[in-house]
Amino acid sequence: MKIVQKSIKFLTVLAIALCSFHGFASDSDKKNNDQNDGGIIDTKKEVEEYILHHIQDSHDFNLFSYTNDAGERKHFGFPLPVIVSTSGGIKTFMSSEFHHNDDGTYVVTKGNVKLVKLHGKIYEIEAGDEVEFVDHHPTNAHKVLDFSITKSVMGVLLVGLLLLWWFSSLARQYKKRQVPTGFGRVLEPLVIYVRDEIARPNIGEKHYRRFTGYLMTVFFFIWILNLLGLTPLGFNVTGQLAVTACLAIFTLVIYTASGNKHYWGHILWMPGVPILIRPVLAIIELAGALVIKPFSLLVRLFANISAGHIVVMSLIAIMFTLKQSLGVVGATGLSLVLSFFITLIEVLVAFLQAYIFTMLSALFIGMSVEEAHH
Amino acid sequence: MYNLIGAGLIVIGAGIGLGQIGGKAMEGIARQPEATGKIQTAMIIIAALLEGLAFGALFLGK
Repeated sequence: MKIVQKSIKFLTVLAIALCSFHGFASDSDKKNNDQNDGGIIDTKKEVEEYILHHIQDSHDFNLFSYTNDAGERKHFGFPLPVIVSTSGGIKTFMSSEFHHNDDGTYVVTKGNVKLVKLHGKIYEIEAGDEVEFVDHHPTNAHKVLDFSITKSVMGVLLVGLLLLWWFSSLARQYKKRQVPTGFGRVLEPLVIYVRDEIARPNIGEKHYRRFTGYLMTVFFFIWILNLLGLTPLGFNVTGQLAVTACLAIFTLVIYTASGNKHYWGHILWMPGVPILIRPVLAIIELAGALVIKPFSLLVRLFANISAGHIVVMSLIAIMFTLKQSLGVVGATGLSLVLSFFITLIEVLVAFLQAYIFTMLSALFIGMSVEEAHH
Repeated sequence: MYNLIGAGLIVIGAGIGLGQIGGKAMEGIARQPEATGKIQTAMIIIAALLEGLAFGALFLGK
C-alpha cells in the first residue's frame, strides 16, 4: 500500500509541477500567429501541419497554446534547456529565448555566435545578421551539434528514473520477504512473464540468465514510453527514429558480441553447402545479421508508434474537418467514438510492440548463443 | 502519386500475408488446442517479420 500511496503522491506533485509553469506563457509577439502549433484549426492543411509538428521532437514542452481575444499567442508549458556545440564553443540556454519562433526569423546571440531555430532544428548563422533562404533552405547557416534536453530526451530520462524507482523498491522488498506488496504485485507477474515466456524459451536454459536483465529493461522501457505517448502530454519518444535506432543498436551489439563459434561458423562458412556457394551465403548472412535484423527492429517500432499517433490525431481532427458536413454534434460524436476505440487498440499495440521488440531481441540473442547439436 | 500506388500494393501484399498467417494459425489452434501458446508465439514472430518488411518498404518509398 505504501508504494501505491507514494506513487499517487508523486503523480499529484508531478501534475501540479507541470500545471504551475505559467511563467513560460510568454507575451509572444503577434507575428507568430500564422504558426500552427495549436489554436483554431479548421482546414485539412492545418491539421496535417499540426500532426507533423506533434510527431517531431521539440525543444520546449508545450502543453497547449491558443490565441486570445487581443490576438496574442499564449503558450502553456515550460522551456527545456538547449545545449549546442557551436563554432564558439558549447552554448547553454533555455529554449524560451527563441520565443516560440520556429521559422528562423528570431536570432539569439550568444557571445559572437548567432543561433536561430528553424523547423525544430537549431542553425548557426555563418555571416550576416539574418538567415537567407533559397527555396526554403538556409544558405548562410548550418546545423549545429545538438545535445539539448529535448522533449524526447526528457521522456527518456523520466521513464528511466521511474523504472529505477519502481524496480529498486521491488528489489528491496524481496530482501525482506518473498512476496512483494503494493505496486510490486503489478510488476512481479510482468517480470516473471518476460523471464519465463520470452527469455527462457528463446535463449535456452543455459544462457538466459545473462540476458534477462537487458530484455526486461528494454521491455519495460518501451512499454512505459509507448503508454506515455498515449497520454495528452504529447510525448512521441518511441516514434523517434533516433530512439528506436539506439535500442536496435543495443540489441545488435549484444547478439554480435555474444555470438559463439557455432554462430559465426554458420554465418561466414556455412557447413553442408557446396564450397562455391559459401561466400555468396556469407555475404547474405552478414547483411542479414548486421543490417537487416536491427533495421527491421528499429523501423517496426518507429513506424507502428508513429502511425498510431497519426491515426489517433487524424480521428480527433475529424471534429474540425467534418464540422461543415456533419454539424458540430455529429462531427464531435463521430470523432469521439472512433478515437476512443482506436486509443483502446493503441493501448494493446503499446504492449504488443514492446513484446515483439523484446521477443525478437531474445530470438536473435538465442540464435547467437545456441550450442551446436550434431 | 506513384509512391501512393506503391504504398497500396505494399499494403495489399502485407494484408494477404497476414491473412495467411492468421488463418493458418487459427486452423492449427482448432486442430490442436493444447498447442495454442506455441502457435501464437510463432504466429506473432512471423507476423512481426512480415510487418517489418512491409514497414521497411513503406518507409523507403516515402
